[in-house]
Amino acid sequence: MRLFLDRVDRFLDVKLDVTPRAFILMAALLLLPTYVFPLWKMTLFAPQYQDGLRLNIYSWKLDGGNNGQDVREVNVLNHYIGMHDLDTAAFTEFKWIPFVVGALGLLLLRTAVLGHMGHLVDVVVLFFYFGLFSLWSFGFKLWVWGHDLAPGAAVKVPGFMPPLFGYRKIANFEVYSYPEMGTYAFAAVALLLLIALFVGWRQRTAAA
Amino acid sequence: MSSRFRWGILAAVVLVGLAVVAACAPSAPKGRRAAGQTSDLGVAAMKTYVAPGDLDTYYLFSSGGHSGQVYVYGVPSMRHISTIPVFTPYPATGYGFDDESRKMLGGLTWGDVHHPALSETGGDYDGRWLFVNEMNGRVARIDLRDFKTKQIFGPMPNVSGNHGSAFVTPNSEYSMLASRFSIPIPKGTVAPVEKYATDYKGVVAAVKIDPKTGEMSQGFEILMPPFDYDLGDAGKKVSDGWMFWTCYNSERATGKLEVTSAQRDRDYIAAIDWRAAEKAVAEGKGDLIGGVKVLDPKKVPGVVYLMPCGKSPHGVDVSPDGKWIIGSGKLQGVTTAFNFEKIQTAIRNKDFTGEEDGIPVLKYESIKDAEIPVGLGPLHTQFGTDGYAYTSLFVDSAIAKWKLGTWEVVDKVPMSYSIGHLCAAEGDTVSPDGNWLVGLNKLSHGRHLSVGPSQPESSQLVDVTEEKMKLVYDAFTEPEPHYAQMIKADKLHPIEVYPKEENRHPLAVWDVKDAGVTRSGNKVTVKVVEVRSTITPTSIELNQGDEVTVALTNIEQTTDELHGFGLLDYNINVVVDPGETKTITFKADKKGVFPYYCTNFCSALHQEMQGYLIVK
Repeated sequence: MRLFLDRVDRFLDVKLDVTPRAFILMAALLLLPTYVFPLWKMTLFAPQYQDGLRLNIYSWKLDGGNNGQDVREVNVLNHYIGMHDLDTAAFTEFKWIPFVVGALGLLLLRTAVLGHMGHLVDVVVLFFYFGLFSLWSFGFKLWVWGHDLAPGAAVKVPGFMPPLFGYRKIANFEVYSYPEMGTYAFAAVALLLLIALFVGWRQRTAAA
Repeated sequence: MSSRFRWGILAAVVLVGLAVVAACAPSAPKGRRAAGQTSDLGVAAMKTYVAPGDLDTYYLFSSGGHSGQVYVYGVPSMRHISTIPVFTPYPATGYGFDDESRKMLGGLTWGDVHHPALSETGGDYDGRWLFVNEMNGRVARIDLRDFKTKQIFGPMPNVSGNHGSAFVTPNSEYSMLASRFSIPIPKGTVAPVEKYATDYKGVVAAVKIDPKTGEMSQGFEILMPPFDYDLGDAGKKVSDGWMFWTCYNSERATGKLEVTSAQRDRDYIAAIDWRAAEKAVAEGKGDLIGGVKVLDPKKVPGVVYLMPCGKSPHGVDVSPDGKWIIGSGKLQGVTTAFNFEKIQTAIRNKDFTGEEDGIPVLKYESIKDAEIPVGLGPLHTQFGTDGYAYTSLFVDSAIAKWKLGTWEVVDKVPMSYSIGHLCAAEGDTVSPDGNWLVGLNKLSHGRHLSVGPSQPESSQLVDVTEEKMKLVYDAFTEPEPHYAQMIKADKLHPIEVYPKEENRHPLAVWDVKDAGVTRSGNKVTVKVVEVRSTITPTSIELNQGDEVTVALTNIEQTTDELHGFGLLDYNINVVVDPGETKTITFKADKKGVFPYYCTNFCSALHQEMQGYLIVK
């Protein structure tokens, strides 16, 4: 047990080499595209919507295809079943997620500069916690919007769960939900950080 | 020979004769029986079949004649896609009911639309606007960005029976008008019909087109002898700057014109140097008649010349290179190709044979290149690729294909029946497409399921991609397809929604919270929002005698989400397109409760889209 803790201590004390630091710096830079590209996209097809309606979820806003018109169209359709409007202002996520991403970026830069394995472990843990919490939060909001329907709506439908990932048929709509560039950037960040950890681990082994 | 025997011989002869007659007379004319009238059915079906969901390759804008409208068809399917109301109210789109379109109609509820003209740049269709004339002396502009009538200009002063219109010049500088029924001018002047030859005046007119906005404004007019000006075409390329009009009744006759105006062997094509006319007007020449500058060719020589042409001509058409002007008498068996260079030479050499009211008449033999034996009753000519020309033959009920330069007639295809104009794909531009030709026929009898005495016209599609023309489709068009324009579909890029940011209507409201009634004395403004599936406000209270303006805004931004506003017992019916605002002003003179509702089916709860106007 002691041996293990010693090994952990030694591991956390490792001063990172240039290579893992470079990976960490790259990871920090890769957070920038998450501000530019959508994280997730939902595409809806129906007999009347052969070209599809598209909802683009960014870290800081909700946008739609056709110059944003698709969001309005989805809201017009959803008002018949009493769904809350999909609106950037209705989601607190669009406020805290960009802030947290910025904070993670600063922590990554700090790690790249100071080069402590301990810092790297901290930020990796935080990053995965943030990622999983965001996904849960996204899923939870989908659940709420699909279930908290106005009782006086023109069309009464039982609560439903829109797809978080993949395909689901909802009434006359085929709904597809898939990650987009922003999420791939996050995945790349995760990968780079894991590589940095691994390289750091190898470095420790080499030193010992 | 006994008389009985003679009677016997006679009876035998008569019987044989009857038998011969019975054996010889077929049940249908040759054209009807002849192979080749229709192409191979399978090929024709493949060529014209546009599968569900697929798109046509050409737009056909067909004049609606006295229906006052323009009809849009897809080619090659010949499907009727849309009706563009122009001079006649059209409840289907609410045209002529809302304030703006009602004002544009100016109190007239019909117009006789004849010759649609697509705007041109460099002699080619540019896909911006469609101009259409009507007989009351008006020209309308349809914006092809949204397929809506944007302006009705006129009536142009002095022009009477505006048939020879709305031909545009190669860079859409002008849309042209001409009098078919000469009258004493200015309008309101009275002279007995016996003084027709001297006191009645023909007029041709140029309406200026703003190159940026398409807005039409008064250009100038030219005083002409009292002939009946019929059809025109603007010169192009080498003949750019000239305008040609056919005219009949050069006899200056009155009364029974079918006889009195067909006495002389030749009528005229008027050749007008419109650039020279424009310059003369700019120099201050011309007299103000009826509020417009009118040039008198007697006082301003060098602007108008008359080209003798077979009697009672109809079409006059300039070849794509501008070198030839094709015109013919509609009772002739030939059409004449006039050479523009020869016309210029004849003018320079004063090669005249006479004059009409001071206008020189050019010598026919000096200006013609050829008389092409196209067939009986040549009316109108369009152009294809490789120098081919297509002339409609009213009397022969056929189209003749012939070649410019060699003047050889190479093919004929029968039309059912009595073809008037024809329209080839971009066939009156500097670069015709070939591919398709539509015969705009006057009679359709027997070609369709019977619909009683009031019969549709027929428009027939002809494949002109090969040496032999092939009739491939019969379409039955709304009255009255006088002329049409066929433009490649990819030249048009219409919007399908009016963008919210472009709506600057002062009474537009985009939020149901802003909808409602405001009152100032007995003047009431009702701002209404229409969106699936509610008309807000859902009830409107007024006092009897109020002057009401209802402003309807359709706040949808989705294609094809149109909403209507039908108000019962008040004869009100407006349709607003996505993003559009329209107003309708009326006096609430009837007391009671009047339902209003969405007339244009919009959604599953469309029926519920209703409200009440309560007039106390």
